[in-house]
Amino acid sequence: MQPGPNLDMLSPALRARFDAMIAHYPVKRSALVPMLLYAQDELGHLTPEVIRGIAARLELDELAVREVIGYYSMLRLHPAGRYHVQVCTNISCQLRGADRIWDHCRARLQLENHQTTPDGVFSLEEVECIGACSWAPAMQVNYDFHQQLTPEKVDQILDGYRRKGASGD
Amino acid sequence: MPHPAEIRIVSRRFGNPEARTLAGYLADEGYQGLEKALAMTPEQIVEEMKASGLRGRGGAGFPTGMKWSFVPKQSARPKYILCNADESEPGTCKDRLVMEWDPFSIIEGMTIAARAIGSRQGYIFIRGEYRYLFAIVDRALEEAYAAGYLGKNIRGSGMDFFLYTHSGAGAYECGEESALMESLEGKRGLPRLKPPFPAIVGLYGGPTVINNVETLATVPHILRGGGAWYAAYGPPKNGGTRLFCLSGHINQPGVYELPLGFPLERMLQEVGGGILEGKPLKAIVPGGSSTPILTAAETAGLNMDYDSVARLGTFLGSGGVVVLARDTCMVKFALRIIRFYRHESCGWCVPCREGTHWLAQAIGRFHAGQGRPADIKLFEDVASNILGRTFCPLGDAAAMPILAIVRKFRAEFEAHAATAACPAPAALEPQSA
Amino acid sequence: MPEPPQMVNLTINGRPVQAPAGSLLIEVCRANQIEVPSFCYYPNFSLQAACRMCLVEIEKTPKPQTACTVTVTEGMVVKTDTPVVHQARKSSIEFILTNHPLDCPVCDAGGQCELQDMTFRYGAAESRFEEPKAHRDEQQWSPVVYFDRPRCILCYRCVRVCGEGMDVWALALGGQRGVGSSIIPNRQDHLECEECGMCIDICPVGALTSGPYRYKTRPWEMRHTGSICTFCGDGCKTTLGVRNGQIMRGDNRDKSGINGDFLCIKGRYGFDFTRGEARLRQPLVRRQGELRPASWAMALEAAAQGLLAARQQQGVGVLGSTRLLNEEHYQLQKLARLALKTNHLDHSRSADLPGFLAALARHASSSATPWASSQDLKTAKAVLLVGGDPTQEHPLLAWNLRWAYRLHASRLYILNAGDIKLRRQAHRYAQVAASGFDAALAFLAGSGAAPAAQLTSVPPAAINTWPITPVSPISQLPDGLPEFLAALRQESDVIIVFSPQVQAAALASLVQLGASLPGQTRYIALAHDANSRGASDMGLYPGLLPGYAPLSSPAAAQWERLWGGPLPSEPGLDAAGMLDAFNRGDLDGLYIVGANPLRRHGFDAAPGRRKGFLVVQDLFLTETAAAADVVLPALCAYEKSGTLTNTCGEVQWQRRAADFEGAKSDLEIIHELSALLGHDLGTSSPERIFQEIRAHVPGYDVSWVQLHSGAGALSHLPPQSSVDASPLVRISATPWTRSADGLARGQTLFTDGELARRSVLLNSVMERHETNDAQ
Repeated sequence: MQPGPNLDMLSPALRARFDAMIAHYPVKRSALVPMLLYAQDELGHLTPEVIRGIAARLELDELAVREVIGYYSMLRLHPAGRYHVQVCTNISCQLRGADRIWDHCRARLQLENHQTTPDGVFSLEEVECIGACSWAPAMQVNYDFHQQLTPEKVDQILDGYRRKGASGD
Repeated sequence: MPHPAEIRIVSRRFGNPEARTLAGYLADEGYQGLEKALAMTPEQIVEEMKASGLRGRGGAGFPTGMKWSFVPKQSARPKYILCNADESEPGTCKDRLVMEWDPFSIIEGMTIAARAIGSRQGYIFIRGEYRYLFAIVDRALEEAYAAGYLGKNIRGSGMDFFLYTHSGAGAYECGEESALMESLEGKRGLPRLKPPFPAIVGLYGGPTVINNVETLATVPHILRGGGAWYAAYGPPKNGGTRLFCLSGHINQPGVYELPLGFPLERMLQEVGGGILEGKPLKAIVPGGSSTPILTAAETAGLNMDYDSVARLGTFLGSGGVVVLARDTCMVKFALRIIRFYRHESCGWCVPCREGTHWLAQAIGRFHAGQGRPADIKLFEDVASNILGRTFCPLGDAAAMPILAIVRKFRAEFEAHAATAACPAPAALEPQSA
Repeated sequence: MPEPPQMVNLTINGRPVQAPAGSLLIEVCRANQIEVPSFCYYPNFSLQAACRMCLVEIEKTPKPQTACTVTVTEGMVVKTDTPVVHQARKSSIEFILTNHPLDCPVCDAGGQCELQDMTFRYGAAESRFEEPKAHRDEQQWSPVVYFDRPRCILCYRCVRVCGEGMDVWALALGGQRGVGSSIIPNRQDHLECEECGMCIDICPVGALTSGPYRYKTRPWEMRHTGSICTFCGDGCKTTLGVRNGQIMRGDNRDKSGINGDFLCIKGRYGFDFTRGEARLRQPLVRRQGELRPASWAMALEAAAQGLLAARQQQGVGVLGSTRLLNEEHYQLQKLARLALKTNHLDHSRSADLPGFLAALARHASSSATPWASSQDLKTAKAVLLVGGDPTQEHPLLAWNLRWAYRLHASRLYILNAGDIKLRRQAHRYAQVAASGFDAALAFLAGSGAAPAAQLTSVPPAAINTWPITPVSPISQLPDGLPEFLAALRQESDVIIVFSPQVQAAALASLVQLGASLPGQTRYIALAHDANSRGASDMGLYPGLLPGYAPLSSPAAAQWERLWGGPLPSEPGLDAAGMLDAFNRGDLDGLYIVGANPLRRHGFDAAPGRRKGFLVVQDLFLTETAAAADVVLPALCAYEKSGTLTNTCGEVQWQRRAADFEGAKSDLEIIHELSALLGHDLGTSSPERIFQEIRAHVPGYDVSWVQLHSGAGALSHLPPQSSVDASPLVRISATPWTRSADGLARGQTLFTDGELARRSVLLNSVMERHETNDAQ
């Protein structure tokens, strides 16, 4: 017999965490959005298999999962870089030079918005306010905040990630 | 470093890593509010909240005690208490600090709220981008459960309360309370039809109280010090202190806790260290991107409390005070705001979905040098057609700032159209940054 | 009696208006001829308040309110005709048009587009939107459904009709948020659903279009005729759009008829069997072993000669259809009895109506009308469904059951052998073995011990998925059927719907159960084809005359007087008996009208090897027709006029919508053949024949007005005490009449005997579903 949709592609620790999370809600479906985000953290993006697996785990139709994914801007159906560089350009950052930071990242990484470097190390995205307004301009690389940026500081940060990427950490 | 003008109540534990542990929290007068609350009736707690004059710190400024009093005593379905930690309003970065430095104050505040409305379950809905906070808040929750401050029969009181964190995944609209509930139920964050209001029919159809992080974190202090004590910090009906997030063209941007009614002039000059590069003030956004902008002239003599700001046709909002110095291009500023709302419109209703898109396209074209004088009236018309016509407040949040900017800085728009280019393309950002 | 609703007084545009408290303002306005436009509001579905077209001003509220969400209250003062309201409507239209392509000249919806109409009425003359519009290619989601995304105005009607109405949930609001929002199908790039097409017809614009109709013609080029669908026994009205005599589309956009806005795939798209290559266009007569074209005169002459010759020998049998009109059934049995002088007469039976009427006569406590109409189901307080799968076999009745569940909190009790989709709406659900209906019903009727049943009480349909995901596992509960019965006994107003699986003894138990329940109990007998009920009511039985009068009853003499001839008294053979006799050479002639027994019943019909003479009258060269000596091409129901009786007993007038060259109506053929056989059947006007039926067939004295209004005129067949005295009415369990599990022909949404087989569209949907299942 062919195995049904499952979550075997995820780590046992995450699957155990899902079990615990689901128990926090009177309705299983409530765990959907965080499950998608945490699964994406492990897999890089939401694959058709994990979508089916999560649907099955929550006893939902795949449609109920897909309709949700598009809505949330952090969820993605296609791979991003290992280090996803998210530059805030919203007002507080804009007033502190976010456009220059954004242009600098584009030039430095040779990427446009929503693109990934050929080696898969970096991807770039212009994002909305990340709640770092008083420490603007700011960006997030994956979930790490980098604040009070200057072009020079951006170079150091990106270099650091590049080294980390090369060392395989 | 706290500024001397600050009155640190909700921020009293900022900078003290010990307060993240239960022991450190208890050592710093933690859980004294709950202790009092457990000895009070739910009605007495609500009365104390009403006496404090505390108004919601998320943006709408609704009196917290009154909100709690709307929850029916009897309910066939379970009641829920939610913490709105989906901080996303541009210009706002305060809830983050409360969660980072004082997670127990939120837990204690929610437990008191649960006692007041008779709820035994709650969630802290934290925006997905704030991943680092989950470790802090979850750890605090664990400690609270382990020490009997959460779970069954809290501190022997007979009260049960179960509290969990829940991650969002990138959506401003989920800060709208009914959209947050939809999201928490595993759906697209679309707002719900009101009435019924969440206090009657909320999460999973049960009566639900939803408050902002700062609001809930203030609750223990009010219970500890008394409503009257808290109210005394602000002018009538504007009780207490709040966190102001200073950002933009200011020398010392930061999050400061100041009493309501604090003079804006002092906030900018004294607390914020003056305008960047000593330039003259051009305008401020008083409470996050959705609140209509005030010109420098309008702000003369302004005290920062709900009612004083409302008298100028705008709102104290989420406490995000964005400072704009001379030379800022207001067309570009407006464009960034409308692009944000286009991105965040949930798409449910026609005027918001189509109107924000239209405005973003048109203002983008205008700023790029393809503008005509007639466009200025178009911006006003389109924004007016969004205003008051949408399903939820996001439409107003998009339309109000655009209308205010176009009306108050019309000459700049006209100049833009005349020169077919941005007259001050680089002036938006500080030269010294 | 329900309490009359409390009324409130309000003022709309200065006019005092009264309305039931709690009504939606938009409905109150419309009921009072005050125009309030809307796209997203659709009666009886959940409220959206998304299109903002229905904004009105209400005194004491600061900003305009959506009339579709406000309920009226005492003293409310409403204005729908102010500059603010006009401006709001105009701006909503303007917003919608910003991203709407103005491809009206090539859009299917052009001429019947709500957006076009509203723009004309409320919109601005010129567009102020100059920014580029996003283009996206249209997508084919199924053989039926195409989606043109830029045209979509996101009113969510399709999402709701698919989910709330059909309980299929194959469409959702997806895509990105904001202006990136889009309706999405449940299988990423395609749909897997019941293909009902409800989403297409409910679409106010041309965003969802149908494969069979798109780009074929324009609405104003067609003549529209309200016809009755000829597939299942529900009798839905389908409005046929006809151009040059050919049916271009079927829909029910005017929401009239017994089905309101409902139609399933067959009613909407199955009509293409009418124009298929397989349709017979001229009579055929066998010469030198080959079927060859012949003139009508030659063919009818040959048929008459052959049948007369057979009559002289060992006799002739007549096998009728379940799809002919009542007048045709009625005249056919006259032809059999008066012209061919035989009682060898039958049809493919499904519901055991004679058995039911006999059971009613024996057990029903009251003489009050026991029949429920399809409309009654929509507001039923409680329904007991025994056997069958209405979703597959009776899509309208299933729609009505869901309606009652959704809008009237109706309690549905299901006794079934399978896990049918309606379990999602069930209040109580008991699963019995396929052979267990007799024992289960006997227990419910109060005799016998409770047989094993898997019982589950089902939570409300909260899981919105397609295909059916189990709501909860069916498991053996300790209280089983006794609990089911205890719950049922709390009901005081039940409609019992029973499938052909319930026959003979089980029917007696069913009626006993019905009589034992407090309050009124009404019934619906499920029967398969478009006019199975009519065939049965009109007396296509070897032992029963119209109205189920046994041959030996006093009614027989009355019929003889009316028809002016002696009726044969020899008992006749039933369908299986006739086929077997013909097979053995004990019957020398068979006249088969609109039936294809050869496909199911292996009788040795090869012309060279059999003795008997075979005349077949049909739309297609079926397996049976191909074996005939004379083949007479008939018109289909859409091409003729007369009455049909649906499975509930509702009589409706069928209007001729289309033409077909070369064939004749069954009525005309029956009349001409009867004349050649030596018996003049008189006038062949359907109206006149129905008058005779109305005057003489018990229960058919329905009102003409109702018959022609499209509301469906419920016939009132009385109980028949003498029926079970006749040994001939028992249905023999031959493979042709029913298969072992009691289901006649495995009818599904997409298959349905001869007609569906001939529909290209239905076949393509079937194939696609099979491919999807295989993957």
